[in-house]
Amino acid sequence: MSAMKPRTLFDKIWDAHVVETSPDGTALLYIDRHLVHEVTSPQAFEGLRTAGRPVHRLDGTFAVTDHNVPTDSTRFTGIQEPESALQVATLERNVADFGVTYIPLNDKRQGIVHIIGPELGISLPGMTIVCGDSHTSTHGAMGALAFGIGTSEVEHVLATQTLLQKPAKNMRVTVNGALPFGCTAKDIVLAIIGKIGTAGGTGHVIEYAGEAIRALDMAGRMTVCNMSIEAGARAGMIAPDETTFEYVRTRPMAPKGEALERAIQWWSTLPTDEGAVFDREVTLDASEIAPMVSWGTSPEDVLPITGVVPDPETAGDEARRAQLRRMVQYMGLTPGQRLQDLKVDAVFVGSCTNGRIEDIRAAAEVVRGRRVAEGVRAMVVPGSGLVKEQAEQEGLDVILKEAGFEWREAGCSMCLGMNPDKIGPGQRCASTSNRNFEGRQGKGGRTHLLSPAMAAAAAVTGHLTDVRELSREGAGETV
Amino acid sequence: MQPFTTLTGIAAPLPMANVDTDKIIPARFLKTIERKGLGRAAFADMRFNDDGSEKPEFVLNQEPYRNAEVLIAHENFGCGSSREHAPWALLDFGIRCVIAPDFADIFFNNSFKNGILPIKLPREICDTLMEDAKMGANARISVDLTRQVVIRPNGEEIPFEVDPLRKHRLLNGLDDIGETMQRAAVIEGFEAKQRAAQPWLYG
Repeated sequence: MSAMKPRTLFDKIWDAHVVETSPDGTALLYIDRHLVHEVTSPQAFEGLRTAGRPVHRLDGTFAVTDHNVPTDSTRFTGIQEPESALQVATLERNVADFGVTYIPLNDKRQGIVHIIGPELGISLPGMTIVCGDSHTSTHGAMGALAFGIGTSEVEHVLATQTLLQKPAKNMRVTVNGALPFGCTAKDIVLAIIGKIGTAGGTGHVIEYAGEAIRALDMAGRMTVCNMSIEAGARAGMIAPDETTFEYVRTRPMAPKGEALERAIQWWSTLPTDEGAVFDREVTLDASEIAPMVSWGTSPEDVLPITGVVPDPETAGDEARRAQLRRMVQYMGLTPGQRLQDLKVDAVFVGSCTNGRIEDIRAAAEVVRGRRVAEGVRAMVVPGSGLVKEQAEQEGLDVILKEAGFEWREAGCSMCLGMNPDKIGPGQRCASTSNRNFEGRQGKGGRTHLLSPAMAAAAAVTGHLTDVRELSREGAGETV
Repeated sequence: MQPFTTLTGIAAPLPMANVDTDKIIPARFLKTIERKGLGRAAFADMRFNDDGSEKPEFVLNQEPYRNAEVLIAHENFGCGSSREHAPWALLDFGIRCVIAPDFADIFFNNSFKNGILPIKLPREICDTLMEDAKMGANARISVDLTRQVVIRPNGEEIPFEVDPLRKHRLLNGLDDIGETMQRAAVIEGFEAKQRAAQPWLYG
């Protein structure tokens, strides 16, 4: 018997979940956890109902509302917007009819599906995890294979707990060295997307590796994996290690005691084998990363905050020139303009990318002793009710509210323009979310993606700001 | 699902890269519990002004492209969100085939599940087809899935690749779920083994 071929983290989780393989290489892949929300599931449940099919595994299926729920108190008294109310009511009817575990809106564990999965211990290392949402890649930070699916596939998983899939290619992004002062996981992932492009990971699963990744806490790892889809990859993953296991130990729905030790034994075998071959390798030096900000309408259009708006006319081909001209016009920019001179109308801290307690702490740290600039609407939206509760225990809500931030209930909020939290046409928003597409945060709205600390810095100065220049010593004088 | 076999129709040129799913259908239109009726929302922000009037410069507001059945675009079509509302909106508008140099994975996958054929062709060929499409009603493009060819208005045939299983399902309008459910015994066998090895996965 020859020794087993070295395998990647992705290969190992994939192999452990193949039920059977067709002659053409299509696998029937077993799915351990299926997370369901109100927007992409109604048609799937309707399909089951029409065909008279039950949900195959009720203990592997969890539902929550997050996308279109208001983040103010009106959510508790009845959602005003009739279509949103219908979608939420439809989910509630579906989970009742089919017996699916549901975390209701008035439960403090409610929150953004990609925040609560890891937080509650629903998402664990070694699992296959899917959800009808492209940011399912977030859960890959646990050392899981997690990816977004469409509604037809939601129905397929509900009915069979499997998916028909061809294996993805393996890609490794290694970030060596240590992050400089003022830089975060968000800056790492924006730098990666800037380097490989918004289709750079298409057809691949990205494994993030290297010293700078290993040094991240679980929140930072989730931020990085979250935006894998913005690089075109369906999934991003990070090998489970002591940081992961420590995180899992305190999760309410994770295994405990002997079961946990047995699980950790298996999880410890998952990291990529020495000598495993990746179809593509990319390397970055963390020490060269600066606080990043997006300037255009694609997540690949990012620059260090010290940069200037590019000149479309310098681009190589006419198609790219036309694309850049459209972006510059849509974003209301002038070529050569300093990014730091761009005034903002709104600041949003939250989303499945940056709605965890660590993100709120980072924002509050910059804000403490300062005030939101005049004319700026700034809000912090915790990713879950538990994050909100933790922040309030730490007094972060007081710091933020005293500075002039709105402090809201958990949900997707201003990330995606399908609930009442939106920006208006032509308004410019410094946002910790994940997409800067045209109209993403509201029709005609202009989004600049950045880290929570950078968003907080923009809130207090009123323009995009290099957070490294807001030294803590100066805080008292700025008040 | 409506089968896809052959198609001859108007092709609309959309010479843009990274056409994201928020462009194909903005999020405010996702608040539906049905699959149908989303054609009005297709490319809504590119098609309509705030007062609901049409933007005459947008290709799908022009004759003959209002009746387009094929869309020709640049790289990374369908990037962004996993919303299946994107293919639903295209389908309801009348688009049955999208031709581009490459597609985002989830959109590509979702299209096949809804009877839309996404075809990957090299950029130069897409550019040629884009020029054909600009000739409007005088230039109908045909797509033959059985023979795997796109036929230009001048009769030239351009072969394309498609996954055999997906082709089979598209040609016959088959739904995956019924087929997978026939494998129930194998799935249950997998579950029994997994449950023994990793009991913490089961509640």
